[in-house]
Amino acid sequence: MSVYINKDTKVLVQGITGSTALFHTKQMLEYGTKIVAGVTPGKGGTEVEGVPVFNTVEDAVKATGANVSVIYVPAPFAADAILEATEAGLDMAICITEHIPVLDMVKVKRYMEGKKTRLVGPNCPGVITPEECKIGIMPGYIHKKGHVGVVSRSGTLTYEATHQLSEEGIGQSTAVGIGGDPVNGTNFIDVLAEFNEDDDTLAVVMIGEIGGTAEEEAAEWIKANMTKPVVGFIGGQTAPPGKRMGHAGAIISGGKGTAADKIKAMNEAGIEVADTPSVIGETLIKVIKEKGLYEQCKTH
Amino acid sequence: MNIHEYQGKQVLRQYGVAVPEGHVAFSPEEAVKAAKELGTDVVVVKAQIHAGGRGKAGGVKLAKNLDEVRAYAKELLGKVLVTHQTGPEGKEVKRLYIEAGSNIEKEYYLGLVLDRETSLVNLMGSEEGGMDIEEVAANTPDRIFYEEIDPVVGLTGFQARRMAFNMNIPAKLVNKAAKLMLGLYQAYLEKDASIVEINPLVVTGDGQVVALDAKFNFDANALYRHQDIMEMRDYDEEDPKEIEASKYDLSYISLDGNIGCMVNGAGLAMATMDTINYYGGTPANFLDVGGGATAEKVTEAFKIILSDQNVKGIFVNIFGGIMKCDVIAEGVIQAAKEVSLNVPLVVRLEGTNVELGKKLLNESDLDIVAAGTMADGAKKIVELVG
Repeated sequence: MSVYINKDTKVLVQGITGSTALFHTKQMLEYGTKIVAGVTPGKGGTEVEGVPVFNTVEDAVKATGANVSVIYVPAPFAADAILEATEAGLDMAICITEHIPVLDMVKVKRYMEGKKTRLVGPNCPGVITPEECKIGIMPGYIHKKGHVGVVSRSGTLTYEATHQLSEEGIGQSTAVGIGGDPVNGTNFIDVLAEFNEDDDTLAVVMIGEIGGTAEEEAAEWIKANMTKPVVGFIGGQTAPPGKRMGHAGAIISGGKGTAADKIKAMNEAGIEVADTPSVIGETLIKVIKEKGLYEQCKTH
Repeated sequence: MNIHEYQGKQVLRQYGVAVPEGHVAFSPEEAVKAAKELGTDVVVVKAQIHAGGRGKAGGVKLAKNLDEVRAYAKELLGKVLVTHQTGPEGKEVKRLYIEAGSNIEKEYYLGLVLDRETSLVNLMGSEEGGMDIEEVAANTPDRIFYEEIDPVVGLTGFQARRMAFNMNIPAKLVNKAAKLMLGLYQAYLEKDASIVEINPLVVTGDGQVVALDAKFNFDANALYRHQDIMEMRDYDEEDPKEIEASKYDLSYISLDGNIGCMVNGAGLAMATMDTINYYGGTPANFLDVGGGATAEKVTEAFKIILSDQNVKGIFVNIFGGIMKCDVIAEGVIQAAKEVSLNVPLVVRLEGTNVELGKKLLNESDLDIVAAGTMADGAKKIVELVG
């Protein structure tokens, strides 16, 4: 088992003919992801990498039964692409695109209320269920199939943590990058709830960063609901207030969103927080050993 | 992106928000000319810098005649203002705003900001005008009122009136205040602002509701559709290294330390700073070269880091996903050739094409200290910088 995506997921690539999308479509196909369709308006009827291209998401879904879309559409048009995926009734839209204007996302988020489609991102690395389905831009080879769920606001920092786990023989059930923007679809709690229900996930790594209060809310939820051990890390512990650290969402403003507050909330919820990103793997291993889960998590 | 108060007021005028008459001035002569044109008994000479707290720092002066205007303009132009938002180094005043004096009866606070928890824009208002709103929020949170704005219908008339009543704006001026709020929201929405603050909003003796200050911050991701706002950008207010970096799509933030960092990915870049600090060093910058960097961009990034005189060593920390390690290696080698590299350099490479990247670095005659992990690299650069 896994969360959100698996070997049966039928993937549609929005903006498939762009250079980034093409590169990653190849990578995903090599990984074994079932990509059934691409969409680029005006390129319908053509084919790239053996994948049929359609003019609209609706056409693509009708013809192929795609149920999850990954969006590489450039920022000025990305919000529209999410709306199109939602209207077509996909289970999930994973938006990789960064630099989408935040007020576009405010509208998108409001539009998606009560709709079937789950949005992951934007500005995220995607979702991977190792050795089954990779949707996004993460390097496939650092992942290993297993029992640790990973959820993160940061792409490269997720790679760092996942790599450490895999090196130690600790595989992952699913890794979900929720993205670094202030308005995003899926949040920590959504993913944690999935991991909590997933029989195959035995422990969770949660990687946050400065800005907003998503980590504090997640910590509260964990305290009340989570039955599985969670370890964490917060990026930006030494970032000065008022400076936007790359991600649009990573800013300490109005005294809110400091790493210290987040770490405190996480510790109070029983989450062990790694001091440095280099010891995320180590910290998880220590905790699963204490809980007697190490042998089950270790890939033999 | 920030703009000056006088530019913010230009935007507000377009949306029917009442603001006092005023003119920008770059010299004492222009200031006097502006004051003459206004012709009011009292004019306000206001320093224009991209930071709040100007009043307390002595950047706002009331002048009762043209001689005073000239004297204050001379005093303020070229002065370095230090406010709670500028940092200890302060900001040099290069522009003034000469504004007609207002007959203030009472001051209020009004703001628009995105609430990340609900993903909705909130209108915020308070009777506690003219004060630091963060202090009001901390000490008397019940004196701040909020209206959540549904993006489908926008700020509604009843919400604006309710806000005005909550703020205790005199009943006969509530409609004027509500109209101002609706204009303010329209400006926020149409110009893709991320923050608008009117502090203070004032009620005047002659029964007007006027925005006496205007602080705008715009969503950098939406500037492509606002040429008029882009033209208001004042490069003097920004760090030259950050401007240079933005030309190459590099995300760079100047910091106070002495270890230059070059990293891919914002999260990893922050974590690298944290790790350097953890081992007792201090980073000179945050730098995310991004996912699609070319060797040329990496070279430019390197030059920008080295243009900081405080940099005593550089730590390159790359976990290649989209970013390929050999591209980073090429960029580093190219940069070292173009700029004489005379500080220690620690490189940690991992991920896509790592072997190729390492090979390129080994074969170059650069004096590079290789690191196996982020922690190893941070330790090494901290030791080397001493």
